Amino acid sequence: MATVTEQRSTPRRLSRTVTGIIILVAAVLAVAAFLFMLLGGPSPDAAPTTLGFSLNSFFVWIGGLHPLLQIPIVVVIFGVVVGVILLLIEYAPRPGPGYFWLRVAACFVIPVIAFMVLRPYQNSVVYIVGIALLAGAILFFADYRAREGAGYVFQLIVFLAPAAILLLTGLVYPAISTVVQSFFDKTGANFVWFDNYVWTFTNPYGFWSVINTVIWALIAPIVATSIGLVYAAFVDRARGEKFLKLWVFMPVAISFVGAGIIWKFVYDYRQGEQIGLLNAVVTWFGGQPIGWLDAQPLLNTICLLAVFIWSQTGFAMVILSASIKAVPADQHEAAQLDGANALQRFFNVTVPGIRSALIVVLTTITIAALKVYDIVAVMTGGRANTSVLGFEMVNQQQRFQSYGHSSALAVVLFLFVLPLIVYNVLQMRKQKEIR
Amino acid sequence: MATIDIDAPVDTRAARTAQRNPRKEERDARRKLTSRGATFAAVIIAIFWTIPTFGLFVTSFRPGADSNTTGWWTVFVNPSFTLQNYFDALTSGGTALTLGESFLNSLAIAIPATLIPISIAALAAYAFAWIPFKGRGILFVFVFALQIVPIQMALVPLLSLFSRGLTIAGVGIFPGFSLRGIDHSFATVWIAHAIFAMPLAIFLLHNFISEIPGELIEAARVDGAGHGQIFFRMIIPLAMPAIASFAIFQFLWVWNDLLVATIFAPSASLPLTQTLNSLSGTWGDRWYLQSAGTFISIVVPLIVFFALQRFFVRGLLAGATKG
Repeated sequence: MATVTEQRSTPRRLSRTVTGIIILVAAVLAVAAFLFMLLGGPSPDAAPTTLGFSLNSFFVWIGGLHPLLQIPIVVVIFGVVVGVILLLIEYAPRPGPGYFWLRVAACFVIPVIAFMVLRPYQNSVVYIVGIALLAGAILFFADYRAREGAGYVFQLIVFLAPAAILLLTGLVYPAISTVVQSFFDKTGANFVWFDNYVWTFTNPYGFWSVINTVIWALIAPIVATSIGLVYAAFVDRARGEKFLKLWVFMPVAISFVGAGIIWKFVYDYRQGEQIGLLNAVVTWFGGQPIGWLDAQPLLNTICLLAVFIWSQTGFAMVILSASIKAVPADQHEAAQLDGANALQRFFNVTVPGIRSALIVVLTTITIAALKVYDIVAVMTGGRANTSVLGFEMVNQQQRFQSYGHSSALAVVLFLFVLPLIVYNVLQMRKQKEIR
Repeated sequence: MATIDIDAPVDTRAARTAQRNPRKEERDARRKLTSRGATFAAVIIAIFWTIPTFGLFVTSFRPGADSNTTGWWTVFVNPSFTLQNYFDALTSGGTALTLGESFLNSLAIAIPATLIPISIAALAAYAFAWIPFKGRGILFVFVFALQIVPIQMALVPLLSLFSRGLTIAGVGIFPGFSLRGIDHSFATVWIAHAIFAMPLAIFLLHNFISEIPGELIEAARVDGAGHGQIFFRMIIPLAMPAIASFAIFQFLWVWNDLLVATIFAPSASLPLTQTLNSLSGTWGDRWYLQSAGTFISIVVPLIVFFALQRFFVRGLLAGATKG
């Protein structure tokens, strides 16, 4: 493989710049066509055009079927699409005139169809097709002149394109749009500088959701991971390990909605006879029943946190238990010979041995805690200062239609998650170097 | 979970002794390994963890009038049980549909929303692992870092993209989906779930796929297989543990999701979680139905988990514990 590549690329070395220039010019043309389309201005009677079929018509058709019938149909159709992708990847890169024309056809037909199934409006359809063809041409040309031989870039693009399209439309574009929105007012019409951020930190809703989110992110991962770790260590030396693990893992499989309902029967508060377990215990000891979910300050947040910890501990336990078993037994024996007791061995042998698994668990739970929505929505609905950023964001946009505030909250949350991801990326880099 | 392979190095002398005297050795090992204190402590924690669920389990079998007035523990003093809650729960529900119908909706949402992102992510993960290209490392870190974006942040722009389409300066590129009045439209929910799963799926599958020995792939290339064949015939079977473990994760996550479905699903296509949440009645007086409904909703994730559990940890930990 390597020699072939070299042979092909050497005589072309000079024309590399030419390739670059041609691609650049084509890209500029595509952008120009796009701008030209925008300058064309709105058309009063724009209507969607189709090739006779579109994504929308497919969704309409399948939406009319019985839910259970939709499952196999979607799976099969999606399987066919993936199959076509794999066939393209397999056959297109091969040398030979037949495969050459296959690549030509794929490069020009696929972008056009992809744009057309979106049903562009009539006033933009010419430009859309033009841009699609131009994009296809760029792809084909770049592929044809690829250093590794024709077909290389093609298969790479085909591999990555589905994921790239999803990520760009679903995460990158919304993220950028949210950041922009956070500087605009409720309706999105007026630029208001940092007003929404000021609101976030001064309004009681915003203020408490920030405070509570910090509490969630600090307490939940530490408590859940410690309990999970301790349990994993106990279970490792207990009889009926599998059985015992099951009980702590079960909450992981329960939805937060289900968890909320389960814990309602723990936190319930009423006059007369208590049906909530916690208040029953309190009154049994002669205390006054407490409205746990209305108890301010912070007690109600702690109560919600307990539900989250309850459900995340199983996750931590399962992961940590597996990595505890991977700690070499001879390290334990060596420590034992040196006279270390069980506790010392746990802290000096086990914990360092599972450090990287601990980091994975801690960051996963922290991110989950930062983004939490369901527990708050189901149990308190943000009442009594229990709101968190993830909930308040949705609350602002659903109840108050206030997109500016909602976006500002989102950006604050984003800033909380940022250091965690940076840390993980650095960690990832370090591991790559070791390998 | 106990079926996980342990690649701990075996001490040869111990192994030889064990061979010589297996039964005694085993007994000794067990005595050394299990300790009564540890078992006791573990049981205590397990009980604490199970009591809330157990309480709900008991409640789900109690007559509604009882559970609204007395605590579930009183059932041990004067027992009275019924299955009526389960029948009632399946046929009652929120505004638009019953719990039974939304159970089917949940299935119709969760199965495609698990399979679609896994296949797309596996393709991308393979490209990241085995097709060298310029900027691969940076791009991969970027995809991983997209986990930063909170789902809540993406909901509104995505929703408006789906319903109003993309119109730049008055020029319509994509008019949005017109899915109003469709009986059961899950398309937008599938797409949304697929999108939100993508960063983690690519990351986890990449960790596993990139650890497949390079010689295997090199050999297949020499034999004339293209990337399509290698992916389909070698990578998919070899990466099955990772795929299965992510499938469990994604299925649990989609099945238990409330937020994405609330935003994207039309009212006749709402999943179980949403109906369950609105089952309590306006004044919270029908908790007994919720308790039965909760157990109906737990059954499927538990089945999925037990069916695939032996893959669960192995796939998740690939690439995380090494180094």
